[in-house]
Amino acid sequence: MNNQAVTIAKDNDGNSIWQFLLHELKPRGKWLTPFNIISIPIMLLGLGLIFYRFIYGIGSITNLSQEIPWGLWIGFDVVTGVAFAGGAYVLTFMVYILKMDKYHSLVRVTVLNGFLAYVFYAGALLLDLGRPWNVINPIIGNSFGTSSVLFLVAWHFMLYMLAELIEFSPAIAEWLGARRARKILSGMTIGAVIFGITLSTLHQSGLGALFLMAKDKIHPLWYSEFIPILFLVSSIFAGLSMVIFEGSISSKVFSDQISEKHHKAERGIIQGLSMICAVAMFAYLFMQLLVFIHDKNWAYINTPMGYWFLLEMIGFVLIPMILFFYSYRNNNTLMIRIAAILTMLGIILNRLNVTVIGFRWDAPVHYVPSWMEITVTLAVIFTEIWIFRWVINRMPVLRESPAWVKEEK
Amino acid sequence: MSINRRNFFKTVGIAGVTLAVGKSAGANSPESEKTEFRGMLYDATRCVGCLECEIACAKSHNLPEPTDELQVDVLRKTSEVKRCVINYHTTSKGEVLVRNQCMHCNEPACAAACLTQAMYKTKEGPVIWRADKCMGCRYCMVSCPFDVPKFEYFSANPKIEKCDMCYDRIMKGQIPSCAEACPAEALIFGTRRELLAEARKRIAENPTEYVDQIYGENVAGGTGYLYLSPAPFNEVGFNTKLQNTSYPALSKGFLYSVPSVFVLLPTLLLGIHKATKDNQSKDEENE
Repeated sequence: MNNQAVTIAKDNDGNSIWQFLLHELKPRGKWLTPFNIISIPIMLLGLGLIFYRFIYGIGSITNLSQEIPWGLWIGFDVVTGVAFAGGAYVLTFMVYILKMDKYHSLVRVTVLNGFLAYVFYAGALLLDLGRPWNVINPIIGNSFGTSSVLFLVAWHFMLYMLAELIEFSPAIAEWLGARRARKILSGMTIGAVIFGITLSTLHQSGLGALFLMAKDKIHPLWYSEFIPILFLVSSIFAGLSMVIFEGSISSKVFSDQISEKHHKAERGIIQGLSMICAVAMFAYLFMQLLVFIHDKNWAYINTPMGYWFLLEMIGFVLIPMILFFYSYRNNNTLMIRIAAILTMLGIILNRLNVTVIGFRWDAPVHYVPSWMEITVTLAVIFTEIWIFRWVINRMPVLRESPAWVKEEK
Repeated sequence: MSINRRNFFKTVGIAGVTLAVGKSAGANSPESEKTEFRGMLYDATRCVGCLECEIACAKSHNLPEPTDELQVDVLRKTSEVKRCVINYHTTSKGEVLVRNQCMHCNEPACAAACLTQAMYKTKEGPVIWRADKCMGCRYCMVSCPFDVPKFEYFSANPKIEKCDMCYDRIMKGQIPSCAEACPAEALIFGTRRELLAEARKRIAENPTEYVDQIYGENVAGGTGYLYLSPAPFNEVGFNTKLQNTSYPALSKGFLYSVPSVFVLLPTLLLGIHKATKDNQSKDEENE
């Protein structure tokens, strides 16, 4: 017992936990990297704009209007960002439920990515709330709007963040050298995974279901009663494409963290993911086709919005799908990465088409985000990357767990 | 009025209270059962375009009085400082005046969308907005098929503005200020049932003067505001493509599937997890 307390309170050098944390908070490595030079001014500007917005109102920095109440912050930050965070629930399903051990090395970084995405992109939701001090109302129970899809989504966001934090917590315990805590926390993993997958299924589709009541406002090519299921299926390949894309960057930027063994396994992992993406995209395309025929949408095809729809479906779903299939067979990693980027562009396009571009497509004045909205969005993304980098450099996420973890087993 | 959840709960609640308290509480129930949706009937053939209703509305809700003039085919819109507007439309039956404000749907999309019940359909009929609950997400604006709720974009403490059918006045036994101000009786207040009967009577008595339709009787599942017009409704600024069934019903299927997913999916996942578990490697699952 005594021994445990010592391990928690002291790190290897014998310093107290606070000195250790203080030391870890300090930045490491070079300061003037190109990424820092670009991101720091944008983050500062974004922070200033956020202050301005809370004093002068949402309209002071956004181009939102009475007809178009949701813009870039919801359509991109929240709806698209959450789709990209879908990799966490797909991978935990593969690794913990189906026991595909091949992908185990990806779980931690993907869960971390997913967790940060939820914290920041759902956090960005607060910026979009006119009366954010009332955000606790749907939680504390004095006003449960249980008939609202947004009520479901809000609760799921919160619970899912908790589930992902539990899934990631063994890494934090390893970083702090807390052996006993690690043992307890990793015992909770499978429960958190099952809970997390269930929550993800419901809120990934729930983000689509948000728009079901806007039947007369969204272009018929994008509106159907099947939006929830289309959102759910597309979140599978959106999330995995993000995993491929993020992995290709991490393996360069954080190459010192990744062991020889994992470097070698990377090729096989990416190849496997590309096949899953391809199959999910095939299912998605097939469903889109069924919806298209079922809703008798032929009349819209020969219009500008129709061409836009075809561009999305062919250019950013069909072509990357073929690329995924093709490069799976030829084991072409570069091609898989290109396909992943195309797929991600397609997801951005799709989510924006439902939430922003196709929303009130017939209105005389169209919504175009202001430069200030874009700056705030970039600032949120950069802050997330900063935190991500900080965690990767300190906790055993990409690198192997410390030796004592194996000894304990 | 169809039985919605609230009415159901109300009935259950009354039954429960009656059972619990006995005779004394039972005496209250006939009165509360009498509560039915109030509404307004706007007759476009009677409106003279004096804007008295707009002025009265502005006064009773502390909003600036309208300053813009009524012009033919210049569309005036409701806004965060204007809860109702009168517009002049050129139609096949000549120029027609039509008033726009919140329709007070029987099953409002805005109230179904609201995750804090800030938008709320009262049992008296008006759909009201409650500042202490609202978090300003604007999902009501996204959902409302009539684009009614307006948001104060340039305020640090923004409110949603929309017609509340003068709910406070109704609760005091008064009629809405617009109906009180109308000199031509173009706007009358009553229970929705009485107003529908009145509207049907007017059409039957003057079939040449009105189109044979009461806008609001069926649209979006029925609304508290009812309209009579001499010209077809698509010519006087209404979107006649809106569905005649309730809007909250559109997301009902999704919401009803949630409990079953919450029970079935974890069970299935746990089952697969157990089935794929390799006894030899069970120590490694924790990571």
